[in-house]
Amino acid sequence: MPKSGSTSKITRRTALAGLSAGAALLAMPRLGRAADETIRIGFPTPLTGPFAAEARDQVKCAELAVKLVNDKGGIGGRKVELLVRDDKLNAGEAATRTLELIEKDKVHAVVGALSSAVQLAVNEVTRARGVIYVSISQSDTINEAKDFSKYTFHEALNPHMTTAAVARQTLKKGMKVAHLVADYAYGHEMLRGFKRAQAAIGADNVGEILHPFGAADYSTFMPRLMSMRPDVLCISNFGRDQANSIKQAVDFGVKQQMKIVVPVILHNQRLAVGPDVFEGVVGGANYYWGLEGQSKSAASFNAAFKAANGGAIPTDYGAYGYSGVGSLLAAMQAAGGTDTDKVVDALEKLQYDLTKGPQHYRKCDHQSVQSVLVLESKKKSAMAGDNDLFAVLANDAGSDDMLRSCSELGHAT
Amino acid sequence: MDLSLIIMQLLSGIALGAVLVITALGLTIVFGMLGVVNFAHGALFMIGAYAGLYLASLTGSFWWGLLLAPILIGAFGMLIEFVLIRRLYGRSIDDPLLLTFGLSYILVEGVRIVFGSDGIPFPTPPQLIGVLDLGIGFFPRYRLFVIALVAVVLLVLWLTLEKTRVGLIVRAGARDPTIMQVLGVDIGRVWLAIFGLGVGLAALGGVLAGPMRSVNPEMGSLVLAEAFVVTVIGGLGSIVGAVVAGLMVGISISMVALFAPEMATIVMFALMAIVLLIRPQGLFGVRGRTA
Repeated sequence: MPKSGSTSKITRRTALAGLSAGAALLAMPRLGRAADETIRIGFPTPLTGPFAAEARDQVKCAELAVKLVNDKGGIGGRKVELLVRDDKLNAGEAATRTLELIEKDKVHAVVGALSSAVQLAVNEVTRARGVIYVSISQSDTINEAKDFSKYTFHEALNPHMTTAAVARQTLKKGMKVAHLVADYAYGHEMLRGFKRAQAAIGADNVGEILHPFGAADYSTFMPRLMSMRPDVLCISNFGRDQANSIKQAVDFGVKQQMKIVVPVILHNQRLAVGPDVFEGVVGGANYYWGLEGQSKSAASFNAAFKAANGGAIPTDYGAYGYSGVGSLLAAMQAAGGTDTDKVVDALEKLQYDLTKGPQHYRKCDHQSVQSVLVLESKKKSAMAGDNDLFAVLANDAGSDDMLRSCSELGHAT
Repeated sequence: MDLSLIIMQLLSGIALGAVLVITALGLTIVFGMLGVVNFAHGALFMIGAYAGLYLASLTGSFWWGLLLAPILIGAFGMLIEFVLIRRLYGRSIDDPLLLTFGLSYILVEGVRIVFGSDGIPFPTPPQLIGVLDLGIGFFPRYRLFVIALVAVVLLVLWLTLEKTRVGLIVRAGARDPTIMQVLGVDIGRVWLAIFGLGVGLAALGGVLAGPMRSVNPEMGSLVLAEAFVVTVIGGLGSIVGAVVAGLMVGISISMVALFAPEMATIVMFALMAIVLLIRPQGLFGVRGRTA
């Protein structure tokens, strides 16, 4: 049969291509070792997929942090290089890329990852090889004792911090609260945070609806949510799910009956659905460019970002890229190089203020103690310009009290 | 559980089903009449949403976008048929499948380059903003409009296919193209029009979905999967099947969401599995048909 003949020919060719690619891969490490002068930071992030907008901002800001250090002569005379890799929002892909970064590119540390599952995969690899990893994903499972290692640092906010801050601004004793939650780790962690906060405040839970991750249509959840007659609807999901679910809730007239609250309000998603839809929605954030009036570090971060990116403003997730890489480089500066144990030591002692005020990594679990913002999306007529998206309702200064205790996370105290 | 909630849920399901019907329809028509499995259907749905948004902002009216985008993208579909698909008729079914699969990647990347990979807001037309009080609850005006429009499109399509001379040629052409050619019908033009119609319907679905979801380059990929499920349940190539299966899937998702919301996506695939076990050719499909 001619057909099967041609098929086997392709297979042979593919096999040859695969073999030569494999050989090239084996030869690579030798080349990588040659340039030992530069400091290399690996940066896996989901450049393709539904979180691409947030990931691109992370890369821009991480590059900025590297540039600022290099402009001042690098670290101990050594230049810093950022190696960006696309993790495709896939745990397996992230693990492979991270392994490559460590084994082939000989990176000195890894910063990055956006999704909770991907963060765990990266941490798995770095932990096993004793490489420092600074996570910028808003999920904190890697801080719990079972996944933690002394090489693991968590720069992003965690679900407990954001939900508590948002609940304080929006919930009161006796209020009825309903939840719409993405059915995966991130959603469940946020739900747990909200329920804990609402129990402390004395608000009542009237119902929870779990929705599939990445759903495009939320209409079928709306009649039931409305029949629960809550005062506040907490929508715990991320990326495009946030934009779509809020848009459709608004279409169903949900905002006339109840207030919409989210654990993390996203700059890019607000842009994606417009001011009318988001008007009045309240959510937590790590950063908002509008802080520049109150914070000197925000003003200088904004200015540096604008200068490097043609006048654009940095976003919430972008700021994580900047502070994640920035804090690591500051610790390397303090440690006088890249010796892992010395850098870990320096990170634990580091007091840094890069975007919004003082931050430090808590000793027991390496969670960054930092301020939490609560933002409210502005009405169109109240916006002073295209970038004037949010009003700052609260700016809670960072403190250890915001975090779950070390013993609750399973760390020896 | 109170009755009004169940009725509201049923209505949500019908509205959801209406969008599924319109997207599955184009897919099933193109397969039924041309034997082409169009993997670019989802990407063309997305292109339709972008075109609708662009035309709406150009003319200042949603209605022009709704009218012109399907026509324009339908014409683009004809170009695709004329330049690419035409060369693959008579070959095995996977050739056009691979071609359209590749095409979908080009279209999605193209949109990413031109419009960026972030979502873009698609405002609901001002006449249809807000909810209508149905006595038992509130329902978004826009979704009611979608149900009505899809019903009208179906009626027009049915009348054209069943009651006009053009429809007669199309139906005959699907059954036996050789005889049609012998009878002096330029079957190439019929196929061109059919493919254009299928793509135009995908674009219409995209424009209709725009104000309900944010518009982004990946919005078509999920839709493609849903359209395939509906087409398989209804029977590949069956128009009636697409309509019945679309509504069935919409209502099932909605009713399951009432009791086990986290299962809402899976129910669609479960339904497909059951139908395939009991009736492999789909509800209205013809047994043994391979196009």
